[in-house]
Amino acid sequence: MKIKETLAELSNLRGVSGAEAEVSSYLADRLEEGRFEVRVDSIGNLLVRKGRKKGKKLMLSAHMDEVGLMIMDFEKNGLLRFRAVGGIDSRILVAKRLRVGIHALPGVIGSKPIHLQKKGEQDKPFREDSLYIDCGFKNHEEAAGYLKVGEYATFDVKCAAISKNAFRGKAFDNRAGCLVLLSLLLEKNSLSFDAAFTVQEEVGTRGAQIAAYTMEPDRALVVESTAAADTPETEQELSSTILGQGPAISLMDSTVMVDRQMRNELTVAAEKAGIIYQYRRFTGAGTDGGAIAYSRSGVKTAVLSVPCRYIHSPHSVLYESDLKSTIDLVRSWLDTQQ
Amino acid sequence: MNESELVSVLTRLSSATGVAGFEDQAVEIAAGYFQSYGCTVKRDRFGNLLALKAGTAKKGRIVSLALVAHIDEIGAMVTKVEDGGFLRFTAIGGLDARTLPGQAVLIHGRKILKGVIGAKPPHLLTDQERKKTVPIDKLFIDVGLSYEDLNNIVSVGDIISFEQNPLLLSNRKYISGKALDNRAGVAALIFCAAELADRKHEANIFFIASLQEEVGLRGATTAAFGLNPDLAVAVDVTHGDGPGLENNFSYKLGAGPALATGPNFDVDLFSKLKNAAADNYLPCQIEPIPGRSGTDAWAFQVTREGIPTGLLSIPLRYMHSTVELINIDDLAVCGKILSFYARSVNYTHGKRS
Repeated sequence: MKIKETLAELSNLRGVSGAEAEVSSYLADRLEEGRFEVRVDSIGNLLVRKGRKKGKKLMLSAHMDEVGLMIMDFEKNGLLRFRAVGGIDSRILVAKRLRVGIHALPGVIGSKPIHLQKKGEQDKPFREDSLYIDCGFKNHEEAAGYLKVGEYATFDVKCAAISKNAFRGKAFDNRAGCLVLLSLLLEKNSLSFDAAFTVQEEVGTRGAQIAAYTMEPDRALVVESTAAADTPETEQELSSTILGQGPAISLMDSTVMVDRQMRNELTVAAEKAGIIYQYRRFTGAGTDGGAIAYSRSGVKTAVLSVPCRYIHSPHSVLYESDLKSTIDLVRSWLDTQQ
Repeated sequence: MNESELVSVLTRLSSATGVAGFEDQAVEIAAGYFQSYGCTVKRDRFGNLLALKAGTAKKGRIVSLALVAHIDEIGAMVTKVEDGGFLRFTAIGGLDARTLPGQAVLIHGRKILKGVIGAKPPHLLTDQERKKTVPIDKLFIDVGLSYEDLNNIVSVGDIISFEQNPLLLSNRKYISGKALDNRAGVAALIFCAAELADRKHEANIFFIASLQEEVGLRGATTAAFGLNPDLAVAVDVTHGDGPGLENNFSYKLGAGPALATGPNFDVDLFSKLKNAAADNYLPCQIEPIPGRSGTDAWAFQVTREGIPTGLLSIPLRYMHSTVELINIDDLAVCGKILSFYARSVNYTHGKRS
């Protein structure tokens, strides 16, 4: 699989929680080319089975959805009111370009110009409820002719390579995880596992709960993108993960205590295969891990993440080398489980 | 020039880099257009672009009209190449720190690098942090390179521009992008030059794309002195009717350019521009400016023994951001008013008359 091209394609797709169809049909197309039978369940998860069913049932999961905005109402003057879908720092929304609604109409979030601000005004961030999406509609009627309340908006960003190893783009959380699963499904290997591309992780790990119930796995590995704050203005001990140091193995997050045995299996597999890895040195924020671990009578679950800077913003940054070593580590671990 | 040509002119101008002090790329594009419409172009010593469309009046009866739009844009400059491969920067022109996190930028080093202004993910933010603006000196740029690689390409003082191509919105009338302040003004001058291309006019018309307006009207100061025109009209942008401006004066997008009146502007020139609009059924809003206009008109008015000066402005929302937004009709109307006025100028209008 061409990693660079696939990452760009996945990142550019629009799939805010609750509207992941574009991502799921892209993945379904790629998988059908690889002669896989895919199934979409009631909530929208894309489920795939690879290999014969014998021995332990292994589940890999990656969420397809991304954070974004929902259109709540139209103002008289044609501006759109919105609310965030998933965790977005509203300070990041100012002066950004968006694609709005099912037809991906261009729109922007602007703000009061610097020239008209009073002294000290800049020290206070704009409140989310003072921001509007401007699609250039003249009035309420024109807006309502183009859009419906409840439609979604995404950041208008195209994925780009910014150096030999680094990519800049939106929604790497968690199209990076989708890429890892897709790569392991499409490459030539004799591994058997089930894969779930889940929906609605960003609004409370909703899809994974159903997928885990359906798949009834013995063991699950959640493949995620996690925050890397290895940047200026953050104390080194708060960086959580570091770009270029390989996949991050979670110890715990706000939804799950990672199974110790699986954690060890992952480190052993990494060391055996000579793959660099790191621990996720942060215990907050949730993943699909929780929804899967407590499914039915419980599932041994681990979480492995591609480190990624500036997640939940229009432009995240990740390294291709981390993507590749994450694929390698998941493959090596699967090998030990067959 | 039809509407789609105008959109394409503005698109090329807006996409080009022209941070104050680093305007060459944008200037060259503008120069090409003026030349194609029969103007003779040159750069003055400061670097301003001067494009002359010669008038037909006899020697001794020729007056000169300068139409001036600044071509520079706001941006930033590298102040430090930091450990870990990050850049620190300072503003060139008026940047609101709140518009910066998450923006795509270009760094004009030994080669052009793509980067992003980093923003801490919400997962790691404290409640206290969310309530504060991150000031510019705490922001940084990530280009995905190691310190060593970055240091070989980028030096302190290198220019940083925003990476944003303009985009036409759904109803095909509004366009949004960076540097529309004031590439919109430059595009209006080019539109005017196109209108005048096959027409005779008595006055010498100088189209000026001035430099370094955003850091203090510097290009206009030297251009006005060097050319010493009889009359001058600055073309710039003014605040459009955006959200949060309920307590400010702002101008409606799509209702025509705003014609300024006040101490910065010559009373006679104001009424001639107003008539040029009215006589030709072109919409125009009146913008009272009680003092400093903050435009090139401010510099022109008091150059040498004084130059009668006017100002036409295109309403623009979200000024000094990467999502500035204008109505394309306002641009065309502005260019038309300028061309009608330019054609009416004769020796009775000049300051030396």
